[in-house]
Amino acid sequence: MILVTVGSQLPFDRLVAPVAAWARARNVRDIFFQHGGTTVDLTGFEHAAFVPPDEAARLFDRADAIVAHVGMGTILSCLERGKPIVVLPRKASLGETRNEHQSASARSLEGRRGLFIAWEPSELAALLDQLSELRGGEKIGPDASPELIAAVRDFVWNGQAPGQ
Amino acid sequence: MSRARPCVLAISSRGGHWTQLRRLRRAFAGCNITWASTDRDLAKEVAPDQFVFVPDASRWDRVKLAWSILSVLWLVIRLRPDAIVSTGAAPGFFALRFGKLLGARTLWLDSFANSEELSLSGRKASAFADLTLTQWPHLGEPLVASSAAGNEVPRRSLARTKGHVYHAGAVV
Repeated sequence: MILVTVGSQLPFDRLVAPVAAWARARNVRDIFFQHGGTTVDLTGFEHAAFVPPDEAARLFDRADAIVAHVGMGTILSCLERGKPIVVLPRKASLGETRNEHQSASARSLEGRRGLFIAWEPSELAALLDQLSELRGGEKIGPDASPELIAAVRDFVWNGQAPGQ
Repeated sequence: MSRARPCVLAISSRGGHWTQLRRLRRAFAGCNITWASTDRDLAKEVAPDQFVFVPDASRWDRVKLAWSILSVLWLVIRLRPDAIVSTGAAPGFFALRFGKLLGARTLWLDSFANSEELSLSGRKASAFADLTLTQWPHLGEPLVASSAAGNEVPRRSLARTKGHVYHAGAVV
């Protein structure tokens, strides 16, 4: 199953439209769209504007691959499960988000195993055609880095920060 | 130094902010922890810990914003936490603001998504929060020198960390 997800904030038809067009052209039916409110015709596909967190978790568990915006919740959900993810960054210049942090995040995350970046919608179809061969990276554990855990722990217990 | 079981409030919006906050859970082991977020269904993800729903705030809707701010204020007054930790966005920012006024120590962890500059909320929070952390090494001073990776690292008092931005690892 392919999970297409745009997160809990805003629609993202620049992602939904080309993925739906690709799925129709390739006759892919085992696909779920979480679209955040869309004007794209998704007749024949499973879809919802939003899904509650536990259902989202089940969808991530079921999915073989994820196609999404560059949302940290979505990316962490994939990394925690070791699932491959194709992302298209939202652009603030097109009113898709408030600032250009998604492009910056994508640049920072580029090269991470299991993460595939389409910088433009036109690059999606080629990546989607390889979807069944894409592999996720190593599953990450449930915790932040030990240094960060230690810093937060020290802060809440002792009210001090580790120094040098 | 440490007292018995500090009361800690961990608060963020739903979505990516929450996913990052949840990855700090091990840091709160043994604390009297209360989680707060903008989606009731997230309670399951941290059960059996205490979870409190707070309404979401949007800069564009003044009534909702006021309702959110009052809910966060009430939560902070009711809990009187020793420490507040937030990964953003608006509800966490207000919790830190009110917490600071009520004597809590406050920690802002800026989102991993902000890799080129600190978020606007993060920049604002860094002015008053006791500790502001970025997840990107090029955006903050190192909190722990790499040579001091032992257990007995010297401490930095919070009076000295306020107003600065530090890096101490990332949620991933």
